[in-house]
Amino acid sequence: MAAFKNSLRLRAALLSLLIFAAIVGLWQIATQPVAGSGTAAVDPEYAKLVGVAAATGSKSAMPTPADVGATLWKHLLDPFYIRGSNDKGIGIQLAYSLGRVLLGFALAALVAVPLGFLIGMSPLVYRALDPFIQVLKPVSPLAWMPLALYTIKDSAISSIFVIFICSVWPMLINTAFGVAGVRKEWLNVSRTLEVGPFRTAFKVILPAAAPTIMTGMRISVGIAWLVIVAAEMLVGGTGIGYFVWNEWNNLSIANIITAILLIGLVGLVLDQVLAWLAKLVTYPE
Amino acid sequence: MQQQQRPLISVEGLSRRFGDSGQTPVFEDLWFGVDRAEFCCLIGHSGCGKTTILNVLAGLDQPTEGAVIVDNREIDGPSLDRAVIFQGHALLPWLTVMGNIAFAVTSRWPSWDRAKVRDHAAKFIELVGLTGAEGKRPAQLSGGMKQRVGIARALSIQPKMLLMDEPFSALDALTRGMLQDEVLRICAATNQTVFMITHDVDEAILLADRIVLMTNGPGAKIAEIVVNTMPRNERHRNDLHRHPQYYAIRNHLVEFLVNRSRAFDQEIAEHGYDPRRLKLVKPGLAAVNPPAEVVPLTTGRRQ
Repeated sequence: MAAFKNSLRLRAALLSLLIFAAIVGLWQIATQPVAGSGTAAVDPEYAKLVGVAAATGSKSAMPTPADVGATLWKHLLDPFYIRGSNDKGIGIQLAYSLGRVLLGFALAALVAVPLGFLIGMSPLVYRALDPFIQVLKPVSPLAWMPLALYTIKDSAISSIFVIFICSVWPMLINTAFGVAGVRKEWLNVSRTLEVGPFRTAFKVILPAAAPTIMTGMRISVGIAWLVIVAAEMLVGGTGIGYFVWNEWNNLSIANIITAILLIGLVGLVLDQVLAWLAKLVTYPE
Repeated sequence: MQQQQRPLISVEGLSRRFGDSGQTPVFEDLWFGVDRAEFCCLIGHSGCGKTTILNVLAGLDQPTEGAVIVDNREIDGPSLDRAVIFQGHALLPWLTVMGNIAFAVTSRWPSWDRAKVRDHAAKFIELVGLTGAEGKRPAQLSGGMKQRVGIARALSIQPKMLLMDEPFSALDALTRGMLQDEVLRICAATNQTVFMITHDVDEAILLADRIVLMTNGPGAKIAEIVVNTMPRNERHRNDLHRHPQYYAIRNHLVEFLVNRSRAFDQEIAEHGYDPRRLKLVKPGLAAVNPPAEVVPLTTGRRQ
C-alpha cells in the first residue's frame, strides 16, 4: 500500500513536470520572434516614435519563458532594493502587501471572533444581526474603498480597512457557527461541574469551536490576499498590486508574470500556515 | 414515607410536560426517595422520560410541576454535589484523560495548585484502572475505557451522589460486566449514593438495592418499588443466577416490563393507586419462604 502510494506520488510529480514543460514549450513557440516579417509594415515616422522593434512586430511585447526566467532571477537576486519611490525591490512590495493583509486580518479577527461568539451563544443577537450580515457580506470589498478614502482620508489605512471588511465575514460566520454547534453534552458537563461562564467560554466552547473558527480564518486570509492586489492597484504607492499596475504602465509583461507567480506562491504559503494552525487545534472525536 | 426524616434525594410530585400545557406530560406526579448510601435503579421502557428525570435530578432540566429535595433543600440548578455519568461518556475530546479529570477537579477546588490537582486526579485514574493512559486522548480509548474516565471524572469531585444515565448501554457485554463489577466495588468502598437509569434487568438486580419501576409514557407513573432482598455481599455477576432469590426478582421485573408496564391503567382501575404511597414489593423473599397465598411468580402471565 505504502509503495503504491509512493509510486502514485512519484507519477503525479512526473505528470506535473510534464504539464509544466508542455506549457512552457507552447509559450515558447507562441512568443518566438518571427524572422524577417515585413520590415516596412508601418510608417517610418511611427516606427521612429515607438521604437523599431515594437513597430515592426519582430519582437512582441509578450516575453518568452526565458525572458520571464531572467526577470524572475533578477528580482530574486536583489529583492529588497529601494531606488526612489517608484522603483523598489519586489520583496519590499510583497512585504508591504503582506503587512497590510496581516494587519487588516488581525483587526478583523479581533472583531469577528468575540462578535461571532456572541452571535453563536445568543439567538437574540443572531437574529438581530443576521439582516446586516446577509446584506453586507456579498458586497465586494472594493465597493467600500471610496467610502473609506473619503472618511479615513489616508490611502494606506483605507486599503487596510478594505482587507478588514473582506476578512471579517468568513471569520464571523464560522465562529458563530462553531460556537452554536458545540455539543450540548459538553456544555452539560460544564454546567454540572458548576463552571462559570468565562471558564466555560475559554475551556469548553473555544476549544470545541476552534477547528471551525480556524477554517473561517483560512478562508479569510485567502480572500484578503486576493483583494489586496486589487486594492493596491486602486490606491497606488506601494505594494505588489501597485507593482503590477506600474509594470502594466511600463508594458513590462515579464515583470507582471513574475509578480503573478510570486503572488501565487505567497498565497500558497499563507494558506499552508493557516492549515497548519488549524491542524494544531483540531481534535479527533 | 417522607414524614419526619427525608431521604437524601426526595422526589416530590414531579411532572414534566414538553410543548404547550394541553399535552399529556411525559411523566406525572412522581414520588420517591433515595436514601444515603443506597444504590437505586430506575427501570422502564424508552419514552417514559427516564433521562428527563435524571436531568431534573442533575439540575439540567426543570420540572413542570413538583420539586426535588436534596439534603433538605430544593434543587434549582446543577451542583458539584451531584455528579453525572452521561450515557455517551461526554468527555472533552481535545483534552487527555488527565486533562478531563483535572478539569473537573479544578472546578471543585479552584484554589488547588497544579500538582495537587494532578495528584488527586491520578488517584481516581488509578481507582478505575487507567493508570498509564493519562496522556491519551478520548479518541485513542475504547468505549469501556472512555466510560471509565467518565466514572473517574464523576468520582473525582467527591460528590454526595452519583447520577448515572444508562452508563453501560453503549458497551459490549464483556466490558459492561467488568465495569458493573467495578462500579459495585467502588460504591461499596466509598459508600456512594447512586441513582442509576437502566433498561437492563440483570444490571438492576446486580447493582441496585431498590428498583423503581416506571410505566410506559406518555403520562408515565411509578408503578411500584422492588426491594432487592439479595444482600450486597451475595451479589456476584458470575453466580447471580444461582442465588435462590434471583429468578423470582428477575421474573417479577421482566413480567413488569413485558406486560404490566403497558397495561398499568387497568391495574389502577382494579386495585387503586396512590402515587405518594407506593407499593414496596419483595419478590425475592416470596421465593425463599413462600407464603401460602402467593401466586407462583414463574408462571408470569396474568389472566
